[in-house]
Amino acid sequence: MTALLRAEDLRKSYQVGRGGLFRRARRFNAVDGVSLTLNRGETLGVVGESGCGKSTLSRLVLGLSPHDSGEITFDGAPLPDEGSDDWRHLRRRMQLVYQDAAGALDPRQSIGTQIAEPLKIHNLPPERAEQALADVGLPQAMAARHPHELSGGQLQRVVIARALTLEPELMVMDEPVSALDVSIQAQIVNLIQDLQQARGMAYLFVSHDLSIVHHVADRVAVMYLGQVVEEAPKAAFYTRALHPYSKALLAAVPVPDPATRGRAAPRIGDPPNPAAPPTGCRFHPRCPHATEQCRVEAPALRDFGGRRAACHRIEELSQ
Amino acid sequence: MLFSAENLSVEIDRPLRDPVSPVRGVSFSLDAGMTLALVGESGCGKSMTCLAIAGLLPKRGRISGGALKLDGQDLCALPENEAQALRRRHLSSVFQDATGGLNPVRSIGWQVAEAVRLRKGATRHEAQAEAVRLLGRVGLPDPERRAREYPHQFSGGMNQRAMIALAIAGNPRLLIADEATTALDVTLQAQILDLIADLRSSLGMGVIFVTHDLGLVAQTADRVAVMYAGRIAERADVADLFAAPRHPYAHGLLSSLPERQAQGGRLATIPGTVPPIDALPGGCAFAPRCPRVSDRCGQEMPELALGAACHHPLPPGRAAATIREREFS
Repeated sequence: MTALLRAEDLRKSYQVGRGGLFRRARRFNAVDGVSLTLNRGETLGVVGESGCGKSTLSRLVLGLSPHDSGEITFDGAPLPDEGSDDWRHLRRRMQLVYQDAAGALDPRQSIGTQIAEPLKIHNLPPERAEQALADVGLPQAMAARHPHELSGGQLQRVVIARALTLEPELMVMDEPVSALDVSIQAQIVNLIQDLQQARGMAYLFVSHDLSIVHHVADRVAVMYLGQVVEEAPKAAFYTRALHPYSKALLAAVPVPDPATRGRAAPRIGDPPNPAAPPTGCRFHPRCPHATEQCRVEAPALRDFGGRRAACHRIEELSQ
Repeated sequence: MLFSAENLSVEIDRPLRDPVSPVRGVSFSLDAGMTLALVGESGCGKSMTCLAIAGLLPKRGRISGGALKLDGQDLCALPENEAQALRRRHLSSVFQDATGGLNPVRSIGWQVAEAVRLRKGATRHEAQAEAVRLLGRVGLPDPERRAREYPHQFSGGMNQRAMIALAIAGNPRLLIADEATTALDVTLQAQILDLIADLRSSLGMGVIFVTHDLGLVAQTADRVAVMYAGRIAERADVADLFAAPRHPYAHGLLSSLPERQAQGGRLATIPGTVPPIDALPGGCAFAPRCPRVSDRCGQEMPELALGAACHHPLPPGRAAATIREREFS
């Protein structure tokens, strides 16, 4: 079976500040050699601290911003250039839902108009809009309302409904529940999972929240300063993460159980400036296990039986 | 007792409409060295409660009833300038937006030193030295150099720590931390929480910790007050609350956490949404979303008895039951 989405050595850099006549502008590698695959009906969770490149990655795989080098294939064919007819056609099959639902909607248009808009663009029957509203659990009466009349959770449902109208095969979700309250978060997480079960969509689920990812993902990829440092099936990742950074991330999550208080979590200090990443292994200044080799030589992402991790010392550390 | 809020109510004026009451009869107390967590979803009144305590309510807002007692002295009964002087000396607050709370045209060190001078009446020289010491204490590397830098030269996490240095300058007795770590990555958040815990035990500082993150509550609080629609729904020791919440809302909140679910199953949810503060239902505000609702709930506002403001609380958990058995035997 071919993967639905495949990214191969993907790179994207942005300019930092301005260059001058005799000075080249500095560039900052937001995504720096990322390879991953996503199968149909599967959820890949992408986690990491702010500035690790996870949001840039989600834009690249949709072709919303062009990548500098590397390759993206969707359903076996390379991703066409942004703005081309082929790309527009393909965008029916891949949709984006992000954190700021209010910002994703036009405050002056009714909910119904906005949900029907993708259908108009793609010349599809407008009836699908009604179905989409029902699918996300909103009453039909909502179609006549405007965004300011809706709560945060309802707005996120509207955005999901709009993405659903085109019956996509891939949904990129960038922090879809981060802005929502706990009780509403649970409603949206359930909705996202029900929809996947009913329609077999694949999700690229980007989040900083490791407990939500634990709940929704099949596989987890950890990003650090533009690179994937570990990728593993969910169960393996949460029971025994291999990379020291993954371990530190997992240990820092506050567990909602007072009985676990007083666990000594490793303190790994501040993240370095992403515009000037450290030499060698990018994690070495914060890593409790760093050696001379880590300071000099960048570790490759190696295979460990169905999972991958980029660290020189995994064998030693796992003993 | 270090601090107590007794039946605190807040009113906010609105142009052309009736005023609203985002806080309605909130009571809690805390001792020195203790952390009380105020938990609830957006709009439940937890931030307004903090602003009222800190004397930072917006112009259109006022404390419309109740008492705020710091060391037994009622801040609401004192003349405004005396109350503010007491607050300035003993009370400090950190809010979510750290960068917004700092002065962009003054160096970080100057700002912390100013707080030291105001709280302690130290000389400028002493205050400067104390500021550098505090910046080191909150984990800023190379504090002497950092003290000379400005907020825009700091990352978000560093500004947040500078704000905390500012807040603990001059050893306040009560720290109000309103979503103080929400915007930070988990790794940084863990460091800041360590620091607050350390100050709490070394200086005996009381902490009112406001958050929507129940994981943080479990890890940091001694006592918890769960707020809903401007009132306290449940007040309990942290272990009791997590072991056996009694208010259906608290129960619903805890059940909706992915950590408390079977893997791969559906998350438990609370149907509906929080009602807007100017259109609260009569009786119990949670009634329209409550699985245990009865006719009585629509008419009669439940009092905060035995820890839960509910006509039909869930049965007490084993922890509470054992305590009771011990008392009676």
